[in-house]
Amino acid sequence: MSGFWQVADFLVSVVADFRPLAPGVAGSFRDRLSSLLLFEHYNTRVVVLGAMLLGLASGLVGCFTLLRRRALVGDALSHATLPGVGLAFLLAPLAGYDGGNRLVLLAGAAVSGTAGALAILFIRSLPRLKEDAALGIVLSVFFGAGVALLTVVQQSSAGRAAGLDRYIFGQAASMTADDARLIAVTAALAALLIACNFRSLTLLCFDEGYAAAQGYSIPLLDLLVMFLVVLITMIGLQAVGLILMIALLVIPAAAARFWTNRLWVMLLISGLIGGLSGFLGAMLSAVFADLPSGAVIVLTCSLLFFLSLLLGRERGVLVRSLRRRELSAAIDREHLLRGIWELRESAVEFSGAVVERRAAGFEELLSLRSWSISRLRAQIRRASAEGLVWLNSEGAIELTRRGVMEAERLVHHHRLWELYLITHADVAASRVDREADAIEHVLEPELIARLEQLLLQRQRSGEIPASPHEMGGFQSQVGSVASPEGHQS
Amino acid sequence: MTDVLDWTWQYDGVILLTGILCAVAASLPGNFLVLRRTSLLGDAVSHAVLPGIAAAFLLTHSRTGAVLFVGAVVAGLLTAVLTELIRDIGSVDEGASTGVVFTTLFAAGLVLIVQAADAVDLDPGCVLYGALEDSPLQTVRIVGTEIPRVALTLAGVLLLNLLFVVLFFKELLISSFDPGLATTGGYSARLVHYLLMIVVAITAVASFEAAGNILVVAMFIVPPSSALLLTTRLSRMIWLSAGIAAISAVAGHFSAIVLPRWLGYRSISTAGMMTLCAGLCFLIAALFSPSAGVLTGWVRRVRLSLRILCEDLLALLYRIEERGSVPGGAGRSDVSNGQSGVFGDAGFEYLAKKLLCSRRLLILAGWIQQYRGNLVREGPAWRLTDSGRRVASLLVRSHRLWESYLATEGVGPGRIHRQAETLEHYTSEGLRNRLDTGVADGAVDPHGSRIPREDDFRIPPVS
Repeated sequence: MSGFWQVADFLVSVVADFRPLAPGVAGSFRDRLSSLLLFEHYNTRVVVLGAMLLGLASGLVGCFTLLRRRALVGDALSHATLPGVGLAFLLAPLAGYDGGNRLVLLAGAAVSGTAGALAILFIRSLPRLKEDAALGIVLSVFFGAGVALLTVVQQSSAGRAAGLDRYIFGQAASMTADDARLIAVTAALAALLIACNFRSLTLLCFDEGYAAAQGYSIPLLDLLVMFLVVLITMIGLQAVGLILMIALLVIPAAAARFWTNRLWVMLLISGLIGGLSGFLGAMLSAVFADLPSGAVIVLTCSLLFFLSLLLGRERGVLVRSLRRRELSAAIDREHLLRGIWELRESAVEFSGAVVERRAAGFEELLSLRSWSISRLRAQIRRASAEGLVWLNSEGAIELTRRGVMEAERLVHHHRLWELYLITHADVAASRVDREADAIEHVLEPELIARLEQLLLQRQRSGEIPASPHEMGGFQSQVGSVASPEGHQS
Repeated sequence: MTDVLDWTWQYDGVILLTGILCAVAASLPGNFLVLRRTSLLGDAVSHAVLPGIAAAFLLTHSRTGAVLFVGAVVAGLLTAVLTELIRDIGSVDEGASTGVVFTTLFAAGLVLIVQAADAVDLDPGCVLYGALEDSPLQTVRIVGTEIPRVALTLAGVLLLNLLFVVLFFKELLISSFDPGLATTGGYSARLVHYLLMIVVAITAVASFEAAGNILVVAMFIVPPSSALLLTTRLSRMIWLSAGIAAISAVAGHFSAIVLPRWLGYRSISTAGMMTLCAGLCFLIAALFSPSAGVLTGWVRRVRLSLRILCEDLLALLYRIEERGSVPGGAGRSDVSNGQSGVFGDAGFEYLAKKLLCSRRLLILAGWIQQYRGNLVREGPAWRLTDSGRRVASLLVRSHRLWESYLATEGVGPGRIHRQAETLEHYTSEGLRNRLDTGVADGAVDPHGSRIPREDDFRIPPVS
């Protein structure tokens, strides 16, 4: 099965995908490093600059496709430029132009890329087919058409001479100064287009309905975003190849999303990550001659992505799990304090308000809700470290003075919300405890004030209302002798 | 026929067979990719072939086909798993995580392979453009007959995919549409998903070698999408997609033979033409599908509005007859001999204004009604015939019954006319009679006009 080996070799040497960006710089490793760092070689300068600018521009554009939930549109559209190149080459002589002319080919790429964008919008408007199908269909059919055209083009000697292969797959040696210049112009153009349409593009990404209501045409804006993608890919494709182009359009934006929720910050970070990985990747591959630069740029980019995935300030994995743990610890703490307080309250009422029972046994607390022994232990430890509870000589958990105050505040919130649910939301008394449980931890002070005003006109503010439902805990253990004091709201 | 095409069975027959096998094999699991909205996983998985081969070679230093095959399949599976993992733990968009994973794996594979590279000569065109044309060249001998090797591989893959779809039909169906239900049904939707991914990876790798990357990626997505436009039943969708895939393969091969000759070239990529034909099939489905087609939908809308216009025309003429005159003297009624209608240019303008349509459309509607025998045009005058009068009276009856009914239901007097104007076109005789019994006064509508009876203008049967 030599077929596979051929596949592999083919992909390495030619494909579609990567090309060496710069010829290796001669000399020892040390020489190469120093010459690189000083940018002595014209070639290195060109390549590093070009890769950086391309990364920057595609990082900017990628943000919009990502937020539009169309991250792989770059994949589809970069394939869609292919038939345009073939057609431009075949048809240009009829109009009196040279088929090998670079601008003619670029124009062809732009036209067929835009046709691909329109096709995506058309398929998207059909019932039952979703975004992914639209992208997939455009990608494969346009690419198929392009390949068919290319086999035709290559049969003409002019086609071979024009090096269309080089145009599409970039198999020849290196990025030229012309390439870099073209990339710079395109990047500037893309940035300008984004800056001019910043407000409408923001609306498009975050609130399509509102944008439409404001009179913006959604398909037109979508087309603008996709045109930006076409612009970048048709320039980048011939300079760096297909896979790298897709990677630069997807990865920096996806990485930037972990850091921020604001669009312009995201644009900055995404551009920065794209530019940085272009820079670092090109440098690395110039230093280590046997590393293909395109691949190294992608790998640098994904390294930055994984770092962002872990460490991102807004949506990174670490931050989010930390936030989750903090929240659940805060909730547990509130449950603990309220549990002790309510056990104490029911004991006081049961025995006729004489005995001051301030402690609760571990077992009693454990039976209050479905928390594990270790979780409850950890919570008690944390609360005693905060000075809210302490373990008395009998091993029971007792509230400190501060603990009592905090617990009273919490019980106050809980019962206010219960009362509200019963009187204003028609929730059954037997269910309010659980419903209130879900919301009590996030009640804002303003809301508490309004609830007090609404529910407790005759009571002094801050006074704890009696529970509107039968209490569990202490009574049920002693036997429910006490008359239920609920339903008095 | 065979002369024209320059057709030889040993050669073209094998290419055609390989193409069909590849197309149908890919379209079967493709249905579920499209339904699960993960179409582009097919593309991503087929890109994993390179890192898979690289890793398999570096690990085992073996060049045997089986090892490389397994390596490629495992890498394809890894792409799917990693995509899902990043999507879940980073809460990233599915497309974005696909993009991150497959480009990264590809780059990693490239770096690996460069480390191990010993440059082997090869023909650059053969893989990407699809080596379908070469498929007859390599054969294996089985029970005394020479069988093309790739065709054999692909036949095995097709059988595997067919078995997978048939055996796991229910599980695939439920887990595609409602993963939650699948889990409560006692099997893991995730497991089904990974089984599907294994099948997709095997198909992609096997086809990759036989026909290049384009054909298989297209056949994963395009035929199932076309089938989804044609039907909403899963079993029918699968058969249709397989059929479309096969048709595309056949049409693609024939056009690859015929087309270059017309244009004066030597040859054209067969896989590319097959893909293009699949795209053509999709376009046809998108335009002409009975339920979802763009053109069929347009025709349906135009016909509906034309029908409503024709009906409104009759009803308007009926009202003019009833009232006995047209404002501005454009028409007149001659009650004594039962003749009334609309005359001349002014009458025409009046009709067009009342019906909110252009003169040209009005003439079309008049022509249609004349053709149906509901209208006569005598010179400049338009009159209802007996049958036209009956149709119109029933419409007006529907309209006024609806108005009465809506008024009794408490709809404001300013709104009943407009609603009745819509409803009258969708009201059958049974519904009219029920409305009749439902309203307080079945003789007069809220505006004071008489409601025609059901048999007012019934044409007596010819004895």
